[in-house]
Amino acid sequence: MSLTKETKNTLSWSDTVELIDNLRVDEVGLKERVASLATRSIKKDSKLQALNYIVTMCDLTTLEGEDTEGKIGQMTAKAIRPDPSNIEVPSVAAVCVYPALVSKAKEMTKNSNVKVASVSSYFPSGQAPLESKILDTQFAIDQGADEIDIVINRKAFFEGDYRKMYDEIVALKEVCSSVHLKTILEVGELRTYENIKKASLISLAAGSDFIKTSTGKISDGSSREACYLMAKSVWDYKEVTGFKAGIKVAGGIRDSKDAIRYLVIVNEELGSDWLNPDYFRFGASSLVDDVLKQIKKLKTNAYQSGYYFPRG
Amino acid sequence: MNTWEYAESIESSSIVSIEKKYGIFFDGQFQSPNSKKYLKTISPSTEEVLSSVALGNQSDIDSAVESAKSGLKVWSKLSGTQRAKYLFKLARLIQERSREFAVLESLDGGKPIKESRDFDLPQVAANFFYFAGWADKLDISWNTKGLKPYGIVGQIIPWNFPLLMLSWKVAPALATGNVVILKPAESTPLTALLFAELCQEVGLPPGVFNLVTGDGTTGAALVQHPDVSKIAFTGSTAVGKYIQNETADRDIGLTLELGGKAANIVFNDAAIDQAVEGVVNGIFFNQGHVCCAGSRLVLQEDIHDEFVSKLEKRMQSLRVGNPLDKNTDIGAINSKEQLDKISSLVNEGIAEGGSIFQTDCDLPTDGYWFRPTLFTNAQPSYKISREEIFGPVLTTLTFRTPEEAIEISNNTEYGLSAGIWTEKGSKILWAADRLQAGVIWANTFNKFDPSSPFGGYKESGFGREGGRHGLLSYLKVQS
Repeated sequence: MSLTKETKNTLSWSDTVELIDNLRVDEVGLKERVASLATRSIKKDSKLQALNYIVTMCDLTTLEGEDTEGKIGQMTAKAIRPDPSNIEVPSVAAVCVYPALVSKAKEMTKNSNVKVASVSSYFPSGQAPLESKILDTQFAIDQGADEIDIVINRKAFFEGDYRKMYDEIVALKEVCSSVHLKTILEVGELRTYENIKKASLISLAAGSDFIKTSTGKISDGSSREACYLMAKSVWDYKEVTGFKAGIKVAGGIRDSKDAIRYLVIVNEELGSDWLNPDYFRFGASSLVDDVLKQIKKLKTNAYQSGYYFPRG
Repeated sequence: MNTWEYAESIESSSIVSIEKKYGIFFDGQFQSPNSKKYLKTISPSTEEVLSSVALGNQSDIDSAVESAKSGLKVWSKLSGTQRAKYLFKLARLIQERSREFAVLESLDGGKPIKESRDFDLPQVAANFFYFAGWADKLDISWNTKGLKPYGIVGQIIPWNFPLLMLSWKVAPALATGNVVILKPAESTPLTALLFAELCQEVGLPPGVFNLVTGDGTTGAALVQHPDVSKIAFTGSTAVGKYIQNETADRDIGLTLELGGKAANIVFNDAAIDQAVEGVVNGIFFNQGHVCCAGSRLVLQEDIHDEFVSKLEKRMQSLRVGNPLDKNTDIGAINSKEQLDKISSLVNEGIAEGGSIFQTDCDLPTDGYWFRPTLFTNAQPSYKISREEIFGPVLTTLTFRTPEEAIEISNNTEYGLSAGIWTEKGSKILWAADRLQAGVIWANTFNKFDPSSPFGGYKESGFGREGGRHGLLSYLKVQS
């Protein structure tokens, strides 16, 4: 690309087209590399360090129709102090809730460094006019959200109208100028690896601070292959623009072992600069519970039952 | 800024028990060498002496040949099904004891445990299973009953994949009804010695598998023995030429699997990130001690800068160190001699005008190590573009058109393997048709299967190992 190498978090549409032109991914090679990264043996101190990273990178999430202020109260309390029996366990990065519950979450987290993230743009389907998505997003920001997770327009993507997908993100980024924008690709719907890479690059070029795997609302959520491709996209984008974007993996990551494998991908493909909550997040509801158990196990050699840890 | 270092994760070596001293193996027993001489075998990652093994001489080879003769009397009376039974048993035992073999291989040879565990050992077992399956089907292998074993086969194997090369040689030889005298490499005899113990355990008739450790003089004595009717050699082209000369006026079968300087061609329409992985795997697998290593990166000029930048970044993430650490990507160079050879060729590359890139990794103080190395600005005339370095050193050459890629790739005395990277299927077929190499990989590299024949064009040797064709290396055809 003929762009000047300066930090720039958006690209014009014509530069974006150049970026996604002739993009190629070989499935066999990709899977082989990801499988090989999964064989890294993470033990002892490096495991404890990883587990602590994971806690600080978690967006503790509840996105259900049944969510109430009471539920948000429980979850935010857990987010601030995940393991009351061990003060060394840090707070999680953020809680992630629907816009109607942002103000409650803000109130609960006001004396902590836990951020409040909200989903918008007609999450999870994104099947609404842009005007509605903007209103949805603006509402969440007005309620105090620090971070906004939007979904890409998959209808436009599959209809080949990449420009529309790009324009929508640009428009929503304008609304989100003061907050952190995470763009959800829904990789389980995009299916092919070329699609995942293409959607990643378009989302980055349109100004996303983060790209995120999944809404968590469909059965095929995150995958390590998707994370790897997103890491490659973030790297390629950094090479072109100088801008370091982040990645959030969400959807089906339930245990520490799996989460550590994601960390290995980020560590080896992007480097340790990305190993902090400004650049890497896990969106999860139950992952933290397993991580807490593993931390306790490393410290005490006992694998404790779930009831020793607070409900979120 | 914080970094995340992986703590050491060492595969325990307590699983292996190494004797202080090993004799030669014939008549189904370990016996003291007639030479009364021994060689030390060391661990190249620590320079620690692991054991002493017999330095076999002419008289030891004579003993092995006599043993093989009596073994052949028994073995040639067995049916294919009966031979298969022993090979299947060996395959299963190798699987059962694969961790032990893997640790021993990494200790003695310096290769990373993840490779000996995940590549070498599964392949070794697969080879025995595969050829065990052929033992009772030789009649249908080439639709003729006129296939006769040679008899006594001398096999000389290299130090880069010690047990795997043993399996490539021993399994087909025994399956086809031959008996074997094996001479393992001087620096890596230990897994072959453990294999001899397995032969005892499965009750292989004495004399069917014989093992004489030693150095080049031992190999020469084996090659010169008049009662050996077939030599199978894997190793350097120079030694291969010596063997071919030495056996020229004898009624003897010969297969040679020699050096290589494979081109890994990356076209501008390749899946770049996966091509980078493939190029890394092609040259840095097993420290580049691979005869079919993709040691020449033949790169389309218009993607040169982007590709090299990604390649250098990827190389930086390679972890060089203790072969027994499960997170090690690149282990120790096999010997001091090999390290000196690599260093000297790399220095010549710099002197000739190549631009060198080496990774920043720390190297252990003891043992033999070499940083992953990439040459750019190299010309086809440079020594680093022509000679087999047999180490973690990649030389980049550029091309403008597909025709030029083929010319550059074929511009070598070798012809063992080649790689093609493009997402365009027709270009793969077009290039594969024109490349002068025995094995061609497309959008992958260093993939092996016992059913696939492996062997070279030009000075990379002749004869094939593996697959149905591999049987012919151990059978005389009569029609």
